[in-house]
Amino acid sequence: MTRFIVRRLVGMITVLFAVSAIVFVVFMVLPKQNPAQTLAGKNATPVLVKNIEEEWGFDESLPQQYLTMMKKVFTGELIQYSPRLPVLDLIVEKIPATFSLTIGAALIWLFFGLLLGYLSAIRAGGWLDRILTGVSIAGISIPVFLLAPVLIYVFANKLEVLPNGQYVPFEEDPVEWLKHLILPWITLAVLSIGFYSRVLRSNMLDVMNEDYVRTARAKGLNERQVMTRHVLRNSLIPVITLFGLDFGATIAGTAIITEAIFDIDGVGNYAANAVAKFELPPIMGVALYGAFFVVLLNTIVDVVYAYLDPRVRLGESAS
Amino acid sequence: MSTEPSAERGPWSLALRRFLRNRLAVAALGVFLAIIVFVLAAPLWADHVAHTGPNEEHTVEQITVGGEKKDVVTVEGKPIGPQWFGAGGKFFLGADSRLGRDEMVRLMYGGRTSLLIGISAALLATILAIVLGLLAGYFRGWVDSIIARTLDTIWSLPVFLIGLSFGIALAVGGLDLGFVEVSGGSLWIPILIISIFTVPYIARPIRGEVLAFSEKEFVEAAIAQGASPGRVMFTEILPNLASTVIVFFTLMIANSMLFEAGLSFLGAGVQPPNSSWGTMITTGVELLRIQPLLAILPGTMIMLTVLALNIVGDALRDALDPRGKARMDAALQFEAQSGATRPVGEASFS
Repeated sequence: MTRFIVRRLVGMITVLFAVSAIVFVVFMVLPKQNPAQTLAGKNATPVLVKNIEEEWGFDESLPQQYLTMMKKVFTGELIQYSPRLPVLDLIVEKIPATFSLTIGAALIWLFFGLLLGYLSAIRAGGWLDRILTGVSIAGISIPVFLLAPVLIYVFANKLEVLPNGQYVPFEEDPVEWLKHLILPWITLAVLSIGFYSRVLRSNMLDVMNEDYVRTARAKGLNERQVMTRHVLRNSLIPVITLFGLDFGATIAGTAIITEAIFDIDGVGNYAANAVAKFELPPIMGVALYGAFFVVLLNTIVDVVYAYLDPRVRLGESAS
Repeated sequence: MSTEPSAERGPWSLALRRFLRNRLAVAALGVFLAIIVFVLAAPLWADHVAHTGPNEEHTVEQITVGGEKKDVVTVEGKPIGPQWFGAGGKFFLGADSRLGRDEMVRLMYGGRTSLLIGISAALLATILAIVLGLLAGYFRGWVDSIIARTLDTIWSLPVFLIGLSFGIALAVGGLDLGFVEVSGGSLWIPILIISIFTVPYIARPIRGEVLAFSEKEFVEAAIAQGASPGRVMFTEILPNLASTVIVFFTLMIANSMLFEAGLSFLGAGVQPPNSSWGTMITTGVELLRIQPLLAILPGTMIMLTVLALNIVGDALRDALDPRGKARMDAALQFEAQSGATRPVGEASFS
């Protein structure tokens, strides 16, 4: 187990280095425009550009520039220039909104995904299975940028039962917090509900053919015990890994789009607004901190998975 | 099932017959071809029906519908709704925003951009993946280590987030590769970003197949006859990868289009004055309350295209490789993922 963790940590550091190197190359080396100009923003004064050039040491060698960038990122000195504010502080301020959105959506998709998948699997081939399969495939196929406008139009503009977006902090008003998040939660969850129910269904159908399931039946357990204790439990292990990875991928992907459409004041919307204003330091910050978070999360998921399923860590050390 | 002896039929014609038997897939292919015709007809519609271009503004114009004059954009900034053929085909789907551009024309031209980027990025990613997969699977050793490590690293990156920063940094600053310069608004930027970040999806399964094929007798025979590595890779092994490549290419177009829509929606993909379905949704969302169709139409076009491609890709896989379904399934888990390219499953424990 220790060996496995060490290997994973080394892998994690490689990926983190790759992320930072890619970001550095993309922001500082590839663009043909002076990077100081790019960082300063569209309407920057020549004085500001000059200052940034000195601050970031653009006259020094590339490795030195890379170190300067990393130092700024790790000490929280990365700043946006209009208005002049530290990027890290702004991101930290916006984390509660992002986590409210993503964790809430994740709980919803996990609950409904597993429920639908379980019902589908125990009734495999029946009419309930067919209906649920249709629903899942429909859910998987709707992109967020179609689902969100439709939901907003129907529930916020036409029926006027829910607000059309924005974020109310939980500590300010829990009821409004909930109301404002229902549509964004559904937007983020629908795709994964479809996907998870498909995954759980096929996992369960595989496990049902295992010898130990036959043994469980043979020793006289009733159908419910067989299904929940033996089939479901063993089908959940791959789902847990998937969940960890998907949660990270959602934060770094669809959550940004969802926050932008619903104007939720989270980290993703901060990045989206910066994109719209062609402001680079916030994007650099969100990309780096976000990537670090996702990679760290993936590593934790791997270790948990290896702990749950010894075959993974044994397979790793054997190869 | 036909009782004819199948010996006379090649594998391709058998695959075609299996594909044609799948009615859903044939319908999906029809939808995809219809979308292609729709976007190719853009200049015809623009010149002969709508009499305007995709980026032409009609802010203060009026059109005559049934003898009545209407503002394209009202004083309050509300764009006109769908007119169908009321104005002889002008503003068939209404105007797009307070700029008063023809929504139908933009939808057709925007689809061109979306499909162009989707197909080009998928093509580029597939070619890169074939070369990398062949090199890694054939030479093994340190070549394989380097390529496999690189692919794994890309695979474990949060690609959408990194792609987003790529897109915006290059859109602002342009791209200077030393030998070639690309300006910030070029379509090459989203194409390059999407293809680079999606290479592992195809390269990993191809590498696996090459590893398996290079153990086969026909490869040993070729080597024994003195064939060069290039010859073995490209004329012996490559033809055997055809079915995998075709299936993945189809699915990659869908995936790339979703990636593009996500980037463009946020403003880090296609840059104005060009439009794509992704950028049109951004404009549409702002006017959701008064003209919901402006966001829903391009969104629906994306969904139809992606859904059609995914169904066709799935059916191709079944038709080309009926026994290999399980093997390819593992690598195909990313299919039908929307919003952004999400590496799902397999990512960290392969």
